[in-house]
Amino acid sequence: MIWSKYSAPQVFYPLAGRLIPWFAAVAVLLMIVGLYMGFFVAPTDFQQGESYRIIFVHVPAAWMSMFLYVVMAIWAGVGMGLNARLSFMMAQAIAPTGAMFTFLALLTGAMWGKPTWGAWWVWDARLTSELILLFQYAGVMLLRTSIDDARRADRSSAVFALVGVVNVPIIYYSVQWWNTLHQGASVSMATGSKMAATMLMAMLIMTIAFWLYSIAVILARVRCVMVERESLPTWDEKPAAMSEAVEAR
Amino acid sequence: MSHSSMWGSISGIIRRDLLLAMRRWSDAAMSLFFLVIVVSLFPLGVGPEPAVLRTIAPGVLWVAALLTCLLSLARVFTPDYLDGVLEQMVLVPQPLSLLVLGKVLAHWVISGFPVVLLSPLLGLQFGLEGEALGVLVLSLLLGTPTLSMIGAIGAALVLGVRGSGLLVALLVLPLYVPVLIFGAGAVTSSVAGIGGEANLSLLGACLVLSLFLAPWATAAALRIALE
Repeated sequence: MIWSKYSAPQVFYPLAGRLIPWFAAVAVLLMIVGLYMGFFVAPTDFQQGESYRIIFVHVPAAWMSMFLYVVMAIWAGVGMGLNARLSFMMAQAIAPTGAMFTFLALLTGAMWGKPTWGAWWVWDARLTSELILLFQYAGVMLLRTSIDDARRADRSSAVFALVGVVNVPIIYYSVQWWNTLHQGASVSMATGSKMAATMLMAMLIMTIAFWLYSIAVILARVRCVMVERESLPTWDEKPAAMSEAVEAR
Repeated sequence: MSHSSMWGSISGIIRRDLLLAMRRWSDAAMSLFFLVIVVSLFPLGVGPEPAVLRTIAPGVLWVAALLTCLLSLARVFTPDYLDGVLEQMVLVPQPLSLLVLGKVLAHWVISGFPVVLLSPLLGLQFGLEGEALGVLVLSLLLGTPTLSMIGAIGAALVLGVRGSGLLVALLVLPLYVPVLIFGAGAVTSSVAGIGGEANLSLLGACLVLSLFLAPWATAAALRIALE
């Protein structure tokens, strides 16, 4: 089987359309299971009480936010290396979902921080580097939208995404060292090292659910990007209209 | 390519940019005055207590240096882009990343080095003295070239894009975070009496890394902008 044939948007479009419902359905199912386990089955934490339950959303969201940035940078790098349109489209489609997860991680972090630390926001290393990650997502997206020429927009935001991926670990460690200089570790996350099996299970299920959700949403968005960029009618529905449009060009 | 012609192309670019900057010296003077004004606003806003000023001095001076570098970024490539010189630079046989390195070094001499020279004076305004003042100068000497290197990537990416002034700030400022942390951290720890060597070493590491990677990324961004 030749996988490279799917790098043509015309071939990828209907494939993505067929895959989306499956990913979306399993994502919803796992999210229901994971949230039920997290909110009703997992035992109450003896230190933090019920408020710790936000981690079933918070931790998977934070993982996804970082993971998606790397995936976006890989697609951008592949696009630069192979000069493949689809790779740039994937990078473009991933950015908003990654930014959404970054925001979600910050929001749930604040909601957890208020009852636990007594403050909505502390300049903790994790929080700060997550905030800067959000700025980088914003930079990638804004750079793309400010450049009118699609080819330049693709390649410029790819360069910025790649520069950012070098910078993210440096930022993480610099913020961590800065933090230890300024204040002692206010709360150690290591208290959860003996995490109950159901907690771990719920968190893993939520992580897989977020993965599948991301795939579904990104595939749906990449279809929109294709329709928008290629200025074609929706491909799988009206094959006749598409060939007309191709001929007209 | 031979060693001498490599240095020849870099130093040629530096000489040209410095000459152009000297002919328009008011541009460089403007960013220095900006630095002095921004730094002078903080005591007016925060209050004149010497203890408070000494605490905020490293952060204020470093953030002001960051903003000064940011404001001067538009001058790195835009004039050459507008009059077509940049296109010739892409076409000449010398590697573009080397020419970029020359341009960035010239930018540092014009807008970064004066900040280093001026910093002891500004530090005195905030009640820094002795070793802390020395560490401030040293940290800026190590850090401002990194700011120019990273800034050049942003300046190349937004070349000729609408709203480029704000956009370059959005792109570049998050990337400046480590330099700010290490730079201000060096001065802070020196004031606190634990010495700034660790942070200065990290600043040096950032400089080496950016010297190695940034010209390459900038050259890639310039090619994209000019194709």
